[in-house]
Amino acid sequence: MNLLAEAFAWIFSPARLTGTLPLPTAIAQHLAFTFGSVAIAAVIAIPIGWLIGHTGRGREIAVFLSGAARALPALGLVVLLVMLFGVNLKTEAAVTVFVVLAIPSILAGAYAGIESIDRSVIDAGRAMGMTEWQILFRIEMPLGLSLLIGGLRSATLQVVATVTIAAYVGLGGLGFYIIQGINLRDFAEILGASIIVVVLALVLDGLYALLARFAVPRTDGPRTRARVASSPLTRVPQFSR
Amino acid sequence: MSWVADNVDLIWALTLDHLRQSAIAIIAGFVLSVPLGWLAFRYTRLRGTVLTVVGLLYTIPSFALFAVLTLFGIPFLSELNLLVALTIYAVAIMTRSVTDGLASVDPGARSAAIAVGFGAWRRFWTVDLPLSGPVVLAGLRVTAMSTISLATVGALIGVQNLGYLFTNGSQRRIIAEVFAGVVAVVIIAVIVDVLLMLAGRALMPWTRRTSTPRPGRLRAVTA
Repeated sequence: MNLLAEAFAWIFSPARLTGTLPLPTAIAQHLAFTFGSVAIAAVIAIPIGWLIGHTGRGREIAVFLSGAARALPALGLVVLLVMLFGVNLKTEAAVTVFVVLAIPSILAGAYAGIESIDRSVIDAGRAMGMTEWQILFRIEMPLGLSLLIGGLRSATLQVVATVTIAAYVGLGGLGFYIIQGINLRDFAEILGASIIVVVLALVLDGLYALLARFAVPRTDGPRTRARVASSPLTRVPQFSR
Repeated sequence: MSWVADNVDLIWALTLDHLRQSAIAIIAGFVLSVPLGWLAFRYTRLRGTVLTVVGLLYTIPSFALFAVLTLFGIPFLSELNLLVALTIYAVAIMTRSVTDGLASVDPGARSAAIAVGFGAWRRFWTVDLPLSGPVVLAGLRVTAMSTISLATVGALIGVQNLGYLFTNGSQRRIIAEVFAGVVAVVIIAVIVDVLLMLAGRALMPWTRRTSTPRPGRLRAVTA
């Protein structure tokens, strides 16, 4: 318990507001990297995912990509791209890695969301004379939203974890203190920063859970829910960190 | 790429360390998640709690988890720390797969087993577990892949495995070394994945081609 007390003393020390990297700045950096990368990844992955879900084509490629992405070691990619881009462009290099790692979850969420919809609902829309665009915007997008939010959630958590590791290349963020703590053998700093990282991840996870609860339209159909629930591909957390 | 040619022995030794660490975590995770997943399946009231807790464990970033584990008396810079963290993530993924797998077993098969007099223990091992195999295997493959790539983070806490090529390559500015590390990790992840898939086919001949139940369109057509 002594360790824990020292860690909290580190977190709440007034020294955290000054120094090379003040704690609020590190948290802001961490969040900026996370949301910036997830936003870029979403802009790329969501339209492609919807296209795959709507047309039913290219699913194999998407499945292969999300499988392959799981095997990519985040630390290795960050180090490799920083070396390839050069130290001057290390932020760009790191953001590229975060985006690459975030894309597969979002892509999977976007197409799995559309795939999970009961086909008869979509056929009903078509039978009523809806155009393909209307089907996409009025049926597939709202009904597929919960799995899409799930995809964004795992992408975000993946990036939060990777940003922590990326402090190794001098990117800042909360991982900075962990690396510094290891070098200085300052365990209170390591544990204090880790506690903040954990809290940050849990808070973001909770926010996505709230978002999923309020943003997703109520569907009376237990059939849709049941089918989603029984699909192992959508239930398994999709990526490593 | 001459760096690779000169250091084949190092890469091989690190690969063996890497495989050993990953295998321990994957097997330990599997062994722990079968009873946990069964509990969550069998006792509906426990299900929400168990699945929420393992879900939250999975959200903890690895680098931070290493530090949190020291509160339980595990040394920070140690292989044990990496192994425990990897096992926790494996349990987090597998428990849900085991629960989903058991839920995917045809209740008719279960009733038939009860009707011919199978006890709970025998029914679990000879009916429920084998029939939930395809879903459990899908989870195991995800677990294996992510464990193998995640293990590299161990290099940051001084553990010897393929992640060492990243930290050492970064310090010595040898791009080939880092690249070799990334490629080696991906290759062993793919090999292990293929081996698991083949093992699944051998152990569950009745699944044949569709070892993973596919959601969505295909099922919708038959519905």
